[in-house]
Amino acid sequence: MKEVLLKTININKSFSGNIVLKDINLEIKKGEVHALMGENGAGKSTLVKIITGVLGPNTGEVIYNKEQLNINHPKELYDLGIGIVFQEFNLMPDLTVAQNIFIGREPQLKIKGFLNDKKTNALAEDILKELECTIDPERKVSDLSVAEQQMVEIAKSLSYNCNLLIMDEPTAALTENEISVLFNIIRKLRNKNVAVVYISHRMSDLDAIVDTVSVLRDGNLISTRSYTPEIKNQIIYEMVGRDLTQQFPPKPDYKKGELSLEIENLNSKNRLYNISFKAYKGEILGIVGLMGAGRTEMVKAVFGAYKRNSGIIKVDGKAVDIKNPRSAIKAGIGYLTEDRKKDGLMLGLSIRENILSASYQHFTQLGFVNDKKAGENVNEYIRRMSIKTYGSKQLAKTLSGGNQQKVMVAKWLSTKVKILIFDEPTRGIDVKSKYEIYELMYELVQNGVTIIMISSEMPEILGMSDRILVMNDGRITGDFSKEEATQEKLMKCEMMEV
Amino acid sequence: MTIHNLFKTKKAKPNMQLLFTFVGLILLMLFFSINTSNFLSQKNLLNVALQTSVAVLVALAETYVIITGGIDLSIGSMAAGSGMVVAIAINHGMSIPVAIILGLLTGILSGAFNGFVITVLGIVPFIATLGTNSIMRGLIYVILNGIPLSASSAGEAFTWIGQGKLCGWLPYPVLFMFIIAIIATIILVKTKFGRIIFAIGSNENAAFLSGINVNINKFSVYVFCGLLSSIAGIILTSRVASASPTAGEGYETFAIAAAVIGGASLSGGKGNMIGTIIGAFIIGIMNNGLNLIGLSSFWQQVAVGCVIILAVFLDVIRVKLKNN
Repeated sequence: MKEVLLKTININKSFSGNIVLKDINLEIKKGEVHALMGENGAGKSTLVKIITGVLGPNTGEVIYNKEQLNINHPKELYDLGIGIVFQEFNLMPDLTVAQNIFIGREPQLKIKGFLNDKKTNALAEDILKELECTIDPERKVSDLSVAEQQMVEIAKSLSYNCNLLIMDEPTAALTENEISVLFNIIRKLRNKNVAVVYISHRMSDLDAIVDTVSVLRDGNLISTRSYTPEIKNQIIYEMVGRDLTQQFPPKPDYKKGELSLEIENLNSKNRLYNISFKAYKGEILGIVGLMGAGRTEMVKAVFGAYKRNSGIIKVDGKAVDIKNPRSAIKAGIGYLTEDRKKDGLMLGLSIRENILSASYQHFTQLGFVNDKKAGENVNEYIRRMSIKTYGSKQLAKTLSGGNQQKVMVAKWLSTKVKILIFDEPTRGIDVKSKYEIYELMYELVQNGVTIIMISSEMPEILGMSDRILVMNDGRITGDFSKEEATQEKLMKCEMMEV
Repeated sequence: MTIHNLFKTKKAKPNMQLLFTFVGLILLMLFFSINTSNFLSQKNLLNVALQTSVAVLVALAETYVIITGGIDLSIGSMAAGSGMVVAIAINHGMSIPVAIILGLLTGILSGAFNGFVITVLGIVPFIATLGTNSIMRGLIYVILNGIPLSASSAGEAFTWIGQGKLCGWLPYPVLFMFIIAIIATIILVKTKFGRIIFAIGSNENAAFLSGINVNINKFSVYVFCGLLSSIAGIILTSRVASASPTAGEGYETFAIAAAVIGGASLSGGKGNMIGTIIGAFIIGIMNNGLNLIGLSSFWQQVAVGCVIILAVFLDVIRVKLKNN
């Protein structure tokens, strides 16, 4: 029996009432590669953040080497021998590779405080050599490719000689060759009795290195067991399985109408490949894919906010020249951004200004805003969307997530939009507001609007979409009607090799 | 393809921007030496060096702050405040070393105040130092009652700092400038502290997650900035043998301009001492040369503004070309 290195005891965590983790009891053993599997939002990253002290749990504790783990500053992690490869890069672009690897613990000359750059570079070269990669340690990180940066990040965490290494999606940016090198390293670490926590969406990674696999779903730890290739399908089932009752309003009666949006052979350098699809009036077109599959980039490319290298966009059968969001709006396309607070709302402005912000031209004469007409328009939308507010002057930042989303919808309806793209429409929104947003989407579809919806929530995609496209690595790898789509089928298209 | 060829090795390149700036400085000197008769004379060059030396000190300090991604708008008033404290101490009959130590302490404490407001109170550097600048300048006006305070009572024992010449030739302020520039360069390039400054400015969150104590290091940078500003203020007071309430006004503009021309980025992570010194001398030589040509000082401001925009624009183009 292998020795337990890290143990979580009854970890609970919730964000403003939303339960993210529920009674998590997990054991990580020495000399084992332990995979954490789960859909986006299942709670994997939150669990890692609690283990590493970035977040504190509401209740429960983490035991490491038989002692309670209480991290106040990241430095303590490294002192304890815990290394992390983060999902998002945590490198300093203006420093060199070697400087990044040894930041905060640089080899020094005899006089304390003075750097021994020669030694730093030599040590960095050794670590990189162990990783079989020949990046010059004196190169600036900002000059490296994404894959090279990922290797530097891995080199950095290896250099700590850790007992526990946590890797959050380390293979997402790597090519097959680099991945096989990484797997060799992980095997070496395992032989040195290091415990590895491995988070990945790629089923193929499991076969290569994983000993134990735990499945998380909706903040619950569903199962932990030894991995064998035979249980793969069961793992997928456990990742997605849940019932879909009562989450969605009854589907109203509407019919698929004429062709509204047609994309032909859209390409963006190194990101999107040969994207072609059609969207119809009176249809909700769902788009699924794992993080980094290129969903947001694709709709942004359609909206003129992401560079296209080629591709034709047709609205109502006519090719339109979309150069930027301005021309997309003119063509009748609206885009509700993934991050409402960052790219969507003007938080410091009122509901009124937010609703009007994309459609001033409808309410101005000679450059002067017609306050009466604009005000009527705003009040009409507040009523129609049933936005809970004490008046159109209320600031957007003081609204709840659901009401903010309604303001965003009103903003686009006010531009007389024909095609509306929702990017993660219900992220961070409570169940009741979700229901209202869904009702609103149905109302729009009934009125002939084409809806394209990106979502990482499988139930939402399956419950709301009339047709579903699957994206994987910048390509469309699946096109399902509502009837034929199942979670397992979608998941397979999301994860298959392309 | 073997695994060893996965990543093509590219050697680190020389700093192109520094080279451009240096060529700019040479061209500028060439221009003035052709168009004026006395620009290249030893007397004039030493004069330019003397005039620019004090400003170089605050520019070096500002560069440190800019590399962390911050900004210090209070360097001018910190310099004036330190100069004032030295003048008051001398007028109270204190010995010169004691007076100077008090002056340096003034700078260190004001820098510490900046650091406290920024790291502990969490106020952005622009606003924090804007506030400090106003507080310091106001206090100076209150204490001096708006009129300059003579510092000549100690005679040459104090004034040699700003007026004396090594071997009757090299003005001491220029010597101090060189010594401090060398020290500042060594700290920035050769020490752990310097490395951490770049790390913080490059990606503060990554630096934190790498186990760096971000706040203590940021705090230290503002203290260092206060210290260098106080040295500048003391030299200035010594040079004119009096502490003026308006001393050091506009230093922040000069310092930021010099740092930016020299390759520092206001978003942090970039900057170097040599570049800043070249930047400072580009501005200093422009002022001097345009003066010799006979252009009014009002036009000099216009010219300096154009140089700032041109220098940064050239860098924008350089980066764009590199990325394609």
